Amino acid sequence: MLDFQIMADVFPKLLQGVGTTGKLAILILALGMVMAVPIAYARNAKSMWLHGPANTYILLIRGIPSLLQVFLVYYGMGQLEFVRHSALWPVLRDPFWCVIIALGLNSAAYTAEIISGALRLIAKGPVEAAYALGLSWYQTQLKVTIPLAIRAALPAYENEIILTVKATSLASTVTLMDITGVARLEVSNTYAPYEVFLSAGAIYFCFTTMLSWLLRRLEQRLSIENLKTLNSTPLQNAEAARA
Amino acid sequence: MTLFSGYGVQLLEGALVSISVAIAALFVGTILGIFLGAVKTYSSKPFRYAVEAYTAIVRGVPDLIIIYLIYFGSTVALTKLTGAYVDVNGFTAGVCALAFIFGAYASDIFRGAIMQVPRGQTEAADALGLRRRISFLKVILPQAWRLALPGFGNLAIILLKQTSLISVIGLEELLRASSVVSGSTREPFYVYSAAAVIYLVLTGVASYALRLARQRSNRGFA
Repeated sequence: MLDFQIMADVFPKLLQGVGTTGKLAILILALGMVMAVPIAYARNAKSMWLHGPANTYILLIRGIPSLLQVFLVYYGMGQLEFVRHSALWPVLRDPFWCVIIALGLNSAAYTAEIISGALRLIAKGPVEAAYALGLSWYQTQLKVTIPLAIRAALPAYENEIILTVKATSLASTVTLMDITGVARLEVSNTYAPYEVFLSAGAIYFCFTTMLSWLLRRLEQRLSIENLKTLNSTPLQNAEAARA
Repeated sequence: MTLFSGYGVQLLEGALVSISVAIAALFVGTILGIFLGAVKTYSSKPFRYAVEAYTAIVRGVPDLIIIYLIYFGSTVALTKLTGAYVDVNGFTAGVCALAFIFGAYASDIFRGAIMQVPRGQTEAADALGLRRRISFLKVILPQAWRLALPGFGNLAIILLKQTSLISVIGLEELLRASSVVSGSTREPFYVYSAAAVIYLVLTGVASYALRLARQRSNRGFA
């Protein structure tokens, strides 16, 4: 039933979209991470003026479909006079950057949830010990809290990375030629939706499977059991005892 | 003031379509999820591996690709099978695709919940002479439901937002309706913002309902 000739023809063309998909995913995750750290700290802050806006942001982003967010940035921004006359217009006119802004803002909310959850998970003990040793707030964050939080956040963040790679397929709706975009074009050329979308799905599947395999290895690398044998310091021993 | 020169109604109609797709997909997807979750927990290896593969594929492939595959794929397949051109309607294809995705994620949640029900419950049901199907439906499942509810609720909210993806196959749900309206009013920012507010209300109501359900399911516990 499947026409393997079409699949063989289409495959190299689809692979040309991998670059765009990869670039999108990396930039979205980077923007998301840069924004997520301050949002996560604000969310855990005691002051209402900090956690209020952070919670509202997360609530708003999580309540709206990401495809609508892409449309809001790509189609919506052009309607506003002040945006069109601002210095940012050349960026906001480009669908590539629109997708990165929309999905980056989206990823920031989910990543902030993960980070703030991880920060809350960290036991008071090591942090108090760091203060008792005379470390400042910054030093404590850098040397104690963040290394612990990264390990706590990694499994959930791994999931966010995979979801982001999958979400880049939304870029095809605003004319970008990522894997899905190329697939749509090829379907209209070959009239063979089955073959083309199956090939595209296979490429995505290999991409995400490889990625999650790599991330799981990283996770094992960073796990406390391995660190203990590598270079054992009193602090890490204390962590290990807690874990 | 008429909202969007009278196009507001179109948005609300779109929202109704979104809700219907979500409810239909939730219904089909839940049954699929429970069935596959049971297969993952109880079945012999070949069936279990087949279901694991299905879950892995849904997890690894973008939702859009799955929606396209089911929409275009079913049109081509049905046309080839029947000989005549069959136009699969967007609603059916959308519900099938979303249920297909939902079922994969839900199967893991139900598997986890089923395994958390204490073994003694199954043994007690066996001791009472209940057949396996009855013991699953009447003893295990009602208890698993409570445990599955938090994860199930998250998935339901995600499903509600995923209905927006169906717009790519031309079903006039909320997002598609907003695109149409913004095309005629030339006010995309306002129209999409209005759609965003409607989505926020829908997801807000859904998460409130789920919180009530969770509270209700937890009465008598903790």
